[in-house]
Amino acid sequence: MSAAPSPDSENFDRFQGTSEYIASRALIDAVNCALALERPLLVKGEPGTGKTLLAQHVAAGLGMPLDAWHIKSTSKADDGLYVYDTVQRLNDARFGDGDVKDIRSYIRLGPLGRVFSAKDRQVLLIDEVDKADLEFPNDILHEIDEMRFTVLETNEEVVAAQRPMVIITSNNEKELPDAFLRRCVFHFIDFPEVEQMRKIIDVHHPNLERTLLEQVLVKFYWLREQKELRKRPSTSELIDWITALVRAGADVKSLETEIPFMGALLKNEQDTRAIQSFQDRGGKTPKTLDEIGNARRR
Amino acid sequence: MVLLDFFYTLRDAGLRVTLQEWRMLLTCLEKGLHKSNIEGFYHVARACLVKTESDFDTFDVVFAQYFEGIEGAIELPQELLDWLADPKPFEELTEEQRLALEHLDIDELMKRFQETMAEQTERHDGGSKWVGTGGRSPFGHGGEHPTGLRVGGPGGKRTAMKVAEDRQFQDYRTDVALDVRNVKLALRRLRQLTRSDGPEELDIEETIDKTCRDGGEIDLVFRPKRKNNVRLLLLMDVGGTMDPYYEPVSRLLSALHEERGLRDFKAFYFHNCVYERVFTSGNLMRKDSMMTADLMRTYGERWKLMVVGDAAMHPSELTSARGNINARMETETSGLSWLNRLEQHFDRGAWLNPDKPQEWAMSATCRTISSVFPMYHLSIDGLEEGVKSLVGARAATVRPVMAPGSSSLS
Repeated sequence: MSAAPSPDSENFDRFQGTSEYIASRALIDAVNCALALERPLLVKGEPGTGKTLLAQHVAAGLGMPLDAWHIKSTSKADDGLYVYDTVQRLNDARFGDGDVKDIRSYIRLGPLGRVFSAKDRQVLLIDEVDKADLEFPNDILHEIDEMRFTVLETNEEVVAAQRPMVIITSNNEKELPDAFLRRCVFHFIDFPEVEQMRKIIDVHHPNLERTLLEQVLVKFYWLREQKELRKRPSTSELIDWITALVRAGADVKSLETEIPFMGALLKNEQDTRAIQSFQDRGGKTPKTLDEIGNARRR
Repeated sequence: MVLLDFFYTLRDAGLRVTLQEWRMLLTCLEKGLHKSNIEGFYHVARACLVKTESDFDTFDVVFAQYFEGIEGAIELPQELLDWLADPKPFEELTEEQRLALEHLDIDELMKRFQETMAEQTERHDGGSKWVGTGGRSPFGHGGEHPTGLRVGGPGGKRTAMKVAEDRQFQDYRTDVALDVRNVKLALRRLRQLTRSDGPEELDIEETIDKTCRDGGEIDLVFRPKRKNNVRLLLLMDVGGTMDPYYEPVSRLLSALHEERGLRDFKAFYFHNCVYERVFTSGNLMRKDSMMTADLMRTYGERWKLMVVGDAAMHPSELTSARGNINARMETETSGLSWLNRLEQHFDRGAWLNPDKPQEWAMSATCRTISSVFPMYHLSIDGLEEGVKSLVGARAATVRPVMAPGSSSLS
């Protein structure tokens, strides 16, 4: 079904995916919802399914600059707004450097602060929000809702002239608070099906030989089906693996019988051993996608 | 308001959709983001209303049931299907032509379809009214109409109903199975942070304060890092009726062993019920045992007690003074008394039962035990509840009390 844009929908920017990022219809719909509602977009999904990449391409697709806030376990909500560098000021006061009287020169805006004070609408990526303390998402709630905050030391208010598009990614390490979730538009990046994976590989390796691609996909999806694996290989690992295969000039014949450069796909000793012993026992990997079953190819 | 009904249906199905989220969805619909088709509506609704992939499946089920009538519910004559199975190529539409086509809502579309069906008597290709192929009528397939209804033939895309009916997110449900990673996530909550001892970190606030008091002479102040203060004691039922649950229980155990956040963790085993002795290994040999009284002396009331067992046994094993199923093990006190003592001794305790909650009420011993310990299902959701009751605020420890004899339990 193709759709004519309805008159109301012209009022805001629209994301359609970019030539280098293959987005599913559901993802495009979610991004546009977030844009229209001016709400943060929360993106979850298996590691390596392109959550972080999404922000870069949303920014590129909308022609907006991107600012990123990479969350660590030590990140505090206040770091995102601004940091008052007391230690520097203390040091300057003692050794007589810098303009100690002007408190402004010791206020450094964080990513949220920078995006709010920017003139144009920007995209802000808050990467891996679940890495921080449990309370972290609640702490930034108010600022993201209101898009304003006050620098206490100078009593100046930073207000966003244009509400930025906020994209938040989570690896599911921690549960996010309900109050936070209520305010977000949510998208879960499901693992790509074979057809979509072909398109994704096309973007990264446009000249890959068809027969090789076929075998690569067979091996990859077969590996993902193996229940013993502790960590299933992801899209980004598949891309790396293909790069390794292409560089080494691997041919289709060798792929039919073995899995070269397994280290690019499996990052866990037990997993490598499990597959190794499967092959040592004379186990055969399938040669066509049909042998894997239809589960992944609806 | 067909849609408002959908909201309540979702809530009835257990999704905690709030008004705020509902308004988000309505705003999106006002802006036409669903592009007037059901697939778009499915995506937009899911993005606005569902905030975790573990609820996607529930959403799919409700969606498929609720909107079942909108697609595929029409009886089609075989003749019509035959025409449609053999499509004619489609002429490109110009932009003006496309805009000129009417936008129809689904009710009107259905009505018109039924009317057209009643009138139509022959094959059509490329027209703009009749059901056929390659045309601009809202009905048929291989054609183009902004709010068209596909009738037979291959669809260009997977439709929302298909997505919903496929239930591809079933694996992400959290009320079903445990995997080690999920268990670890649930266990993350098992923490109470305190600053007591251990390695120190710079206390900036204090440092500045002190430095100012000393007239600018920098004076560094340190304080202990925040540390998890939770000590967990695990008692596990092994053998017999617990054998079918070997997988989930061993996953729980390995997740607990890998959990580095805990201040201390100890595991003991028992069979059916706790009596005089608990065992340090799963084969329950006397040489690897510890008197239960010693257990309580060794582990103070600050330890959190987690019991894993199906609480299913012969009633006498629980209440009789000589109830131990293993006759060679001395028993003078009933298992129930031991359980009561454990519950009294430890500040907080929770019982995780791998049996389905619906089955609990059927076992008399399970009913009795759940009146001693708060009982939770050994699933991700149950584990989270249980962990909350171990470390959460006091008020949160509402026990899912099951009165003896009551048969309904959610």
